[in-house]
Amino acid sequence: MVETGPEERTFTPDEMMTVTASRDLRNGQVCFVGIGLPSEAANLARLSHAPDVVLIYESGTIGTRPEILPLSIGDGELAEKADLVVSVPEVFSYWLQGGRIDVGFLSAAQIDRYGNLNSTVIGSYEHPDVRLPGAGGAPEIASSAGEVIVMLRQNPRSFVAAVDFVTSVGFGRHGEGRQGNVGAGPTVIITDLGVLRPDPVSHELTLVSVHPGVTVEQAVAATSWDLAVGEPLEVSEPPTMAELATLRALKARTSEAHSRTGA
Amino acid sequence: MAQIVSLADAVGDLVRDGATVAMEGFTHLIPFAAGHEVIRQGRKDLTLARMTPDVIYDQLIGMGCARGLIFSWGGNPGVGSLHRLRDAVEHGHPRALELEEHSHAGMAARYAAGASGLPFGVLRGYAGSDLLAHTAVARISCPFTGEELAAVPALTPDVAIIHAQQADRKGNVGLWGITGVQREAVLAARSSIVTVEEVVDELSATGPNHVVLPSWTVTAVAHVPHGSHPSYSMCVTTRDNAFYTDWDAISRDRDSFSQWMSEFVVGTPDHAAYLELISSRAHG
Repeated sequence: MVETGPEERTFTPDEMMTVTASRDLRNGQVCFVGIGLPSEAANLARLSHAPDVVLIYESGTIGTRPEILPLSIGDGELAEKADLVVSVPEVFSYWLQGGRIDVGFLSAAQIDRYGNLNSTVIGSYEHPDVRLPGAGGAPEIASSAGEVIVMLRQNPRSFVAAVDFVTSVGFGRHGEGRQGNVGAGPTVIITDLGVLRPDPVSHELTLVSVHPGVTVEQAVAATSWDLAVGEPLEVSEPPTMAELATLRALKARTSEAHSRTGA
Repeated sequence: MAQIVSLADAVGDLVRDGATVAMEGFTHLIPFAAGHEVIRQGRKDLTLARMTPDVIYDQLIGMGCARGLIFSWGGNPGVGSLHRLRDAVEHGHPRALELEEHSHAGMAARYAAGASGLPFGVLRGYAGSDLLAHTAVARISCPFTGEELAAVPALTPDVAIIHAQQADRKGNVGLWGITGVQREAVLAARSSIVTVEEVVDELSATGPNHVVLPSWTVTAVAHVPHGSHPSYSMCVTTRDNAFYTDWDAISRDRDSFSQWMSEFVVGTPDHAAYLELISSRAHG
């Protein structure tokens, strides 16, 4: 794609989502990063406006600065570029439970109107239609991190009125709140269509901005519950040329590296 | 003191039908060669424990070796589902699988309690999660502050199996890089098998997070070069990402899975032969 100036800049919904999410991470914060979309956004933040963000992966790699995005949570790249590497029991006890994480950065298969996350099953637990990978580190990241940023693509299958299984708690099945968990829970949800934040009183997720070119109707249609829309509704700031260039270079380096076999 | 033996002998002696077996390695240093040997020897009714069941447990489950799985995240890292695990859970094929499911923090606490000789581990976890209703976890109150916490039972496998970069001739084991929960798993288990990339005169500390398991904490050491393929051994091999991607198609279908296992695992006498076959297919 040829780009000659800001007026001609084009970007995909996924790029818009990643750039928006990256901006929610502030320089100097300590972030516990999930693999996939969160890892992409967290590393974009580190390579753009937040060079001193501290990234921690559940494989025990602390303060890591990968040149390429990890394919798995335990890629050698994460260990080689880390300030220190610790055992898995230690990363969850001393570092997460110990209260050293400002931001947990998560994704999931489903989210509900109160920010509860499902990564366990679609359907019933005993007889699932789809058996998903499961909890991993998410339940304790969701409960112990100072706050949680969630990223996932928005459609009626992922944005459901009630999740099939609460793997990681947001504000509870009925919006009752944090149920004694120490962290503040999800503070922002970034999707490919816009941004949602929990209402401070009811805890219900509310659409606070749509991405450029996205209509409210699209966001409402992609949500299985009657989506609350903030007033006034903002339009997300589009990606800058620099953000797009950094993200695309990161992704290009990544696919080049992962296409090589290590046998 | 650890005995230095062949992998076939170690598995033959220590992995019994019906045993609880923990093969650990958090993406890094996964003991694939040992898992394949368990399949070659036709072990059955195993309860498999592992924080992150990936392709190795997909293979064991698909071959019908397991009756139960204790885990916290089961997927093909960076690729997607484990199709043999899903087929077992969703359709009971080749047999139904009893699941005991935790979070990573819960599994880590279970192993740490096992290594410590304590009956349970304690953590600030599971609050508000539906996992509470479906797994071995109890709410307890702190006797000092009254805080509500989660208790998880100690995990003490019959045998723990790990892969490491080095052992010396006395059976002291050295590993480094991402070491996951391997030390806890070995110390929690009644017996242990460690496959190693090389046997050396003296252990070298060449990487970050160097961990030593003294010979007297290990039961058997087996020299199995590249024994973690398609996972990796930091400073020795790199992860075979293409294999993990290819596994998605191989494992999606019951027949193509069986065919692959017959050819590459059951049909090869040992790990060296497996590696030779893999390499001839990848490059020939």
